[in-house]
Amino acid sequence: MTQEPAIQTEKLRKEFGKHVAVRGLTLQVERGEVFGFLGPNGAGKTTSIKMLLGLVKPTSGEAKLLGRPLRDESARAHVGFLPEHFRFHDWLSAAEFLRLHGQLYHMDNVRLQTRIPELLELVSLTPFRDQQLRTFSKGMLQRIGLAQALLNDPSIVFLDEPTSGLDPVGRRLVRDIIRQLRSQGTTVFLNSHLLSEVEITCDRVAFIKHGEVVRVSAVSALIDGETTVTIHAHGFTPEILQKLAQWGRDVRADGENIVMSVHEEEALPAINRCLVEEHVDVYSIVPQRLSLEDLFIQVVGTDGGL
Amino acid sequence: MNTILVIARLTFREAVRRKIVLAVMLLGGVFLLLYGVGFFMIQQSYQGEVMGVTAMRAQYRQQANYFLLLAGMYVINFLAIASGALISADSLAGEIQSGIIQATVTKPIRRSGVVLGKWLGQAFLLFLYLLLMGGGVVIIVRVFGNVIAPNWLGGIALIYLNSLIVMTLTLALSSSFSTLATGGAVFGAYGVAFLGGWVERIGTLVQDTTATNLGIFSSLLLPTEAVWSKASTMMSSPLLNLLGVNPFSAASEPSILMMVYAVLYLLLLLGIAVRRFGQRDL
Repeated sequence: MTQEPAIQTEKLRKEFGKHVAVRGLTLQVERGEVFGFLGPNGAGKTTSIKMLLGLVKPTSGEAKLLGRPLRDESARAHVGFLPEHFRFHDWLSAAEFLRLHGQLYHMDNVRLQTRIPELLELVSLTPFRDQQLRTFSKGMLQRIGLAQALLNDPSIVFLDEPTSGLDPVGRRLVRDIIRQLRSQGTTVFLNSHLLSEVEITCDRVAFIKHGEVVRVSAVSALIDGETTVTIHAHGFTPEILQKLAQWGRDVRADGENIVMSVHEEEALPAINRCLVEEHVDVYSIVPQRLSLEDLFIQVVGTDGGL
Repeated sequence: MNTILVIARLTFREAVRRKIVLAVMLLGGVFLLLYGVGFFMIQQSYQGEVMGVTAMRAQYRQQANYFLLLAGMYVINFLAIASGALISADSLAGEIQSGIIQATVTKPIRRSGVVLGKWLGQAFLLFLYLLLMGGGVVIIVRVFGNVIAPNWLGGIALIYLNSLIVMTLTLALSSSFSTLATGGAVFGAYGVAFLGGWVERIGTLVQDTTATNLGIFSSLLLPTEAVWSKASTMMSSPLLNLLGVNPFSAASEPSILMMVYAVLYLLLLLGIAVRRFGQRDL
């Protein structure tokens, strides 16, 4: 396969009547990366995914999936998809369900015979292979749905809220699977509300608001960018505060605390040394990393994007 | 494996697993049992003197049995049409609403394969249904009444065509509208066609051209009554057809052209179903 980007969109737009669901999505996702798609409810995340998968026809704009236009269903042979609120023919057993979807991927029986047990094992559902899906718990359904998305060894997997409804063990399982996919070079497009999850698993994230990409950034860059440090200390003076400014910015006194932003945590020992030399009593130095959640609020605001 | 066949098999298996097939076959069996017992009892009552003359009695008996055969087929026609609507009303609309369809159509398949597969699976179910019901009535009438309908195979085939027409109409509507709206529209259309058939029959009897034309118009809208009329004339005795007075038969036999129209109508609906489902957002 060519090494064109996994996803490439240009001003992808969707209107439902007068309502604009996605205003103009311009995005590029490289092969092999785990890409987080973040935004408030109603920001157009699910509609965007649906357009990429051919479920919803874009009103305007261009997009390519694995280098092929969206109309070309053959690209979907290399795509896996776990829809949000995954529902299926619940009268099928777990193994029958995987067989059905394997057949829809045009996989032959020989391959399915090895692939189905592999996947059941991967999502820890081997003991339930002959049990009807209607007897499954929400977490089990989500896991069999995930197995379905991986049947064809996809080049790209779309996961729409994959951990919703999962208990901590299930969430860990999904996280491990995403890691495994990355190590195999599979592109993962992750739509999730659980920012802590995204923070752990994703290489890059896009923030969406009102159906537009507001910001795209590497997760490491986002999180390493700024660290707020709170120093609990007695006996500091404004002159000392000025001196601290050489290691960071926004230095200010907050009661018995000094609060400042530093670029690198390596500055902390130097700051400590300086304070001790100036005979300031230091009780604690606490760096507070800016979480993805803080960043999310900062980027998309608190209005919920509506 | 071909997408159409995969989906057709799925549709069939779903009907079996959800015990829809079982329920329909059981009810069908109950109908056949009642019909068979009734038919048998009537044969018994023939033993008594009815018309006095023995030769006349045999003739009368045969015509009455033809009449009873048509009565059975009339009910089967209605049941087949209702089954056609019922098995397909929820098939697309239900899966769209529940979201089941999303994991299916995002596979490397054409959406037309999903529609055609569902159609094929449902057509097979209806085929089995008519095999049981139509075959049952034909056997009962043959065994107990010693009567074979002139063209029973052609008649049952036309009843099958009727159930396919309604099933396809339902599928076409179900690709755009909700299950409930689809069901309402289909039964409304069937009601119009049914009434139109009667208006045409009465119009022909009293020689009112307006009424006859109204009936023909309703047949164009949904040709199920015309197809049934053709089926019933094929299955009734020449004498009954000559008299033209039985309530199950048309005053005049619909033309072959009308049957061609019915088949084209079905194909057009199938085309609409494929097209609508292919274009809509899911």
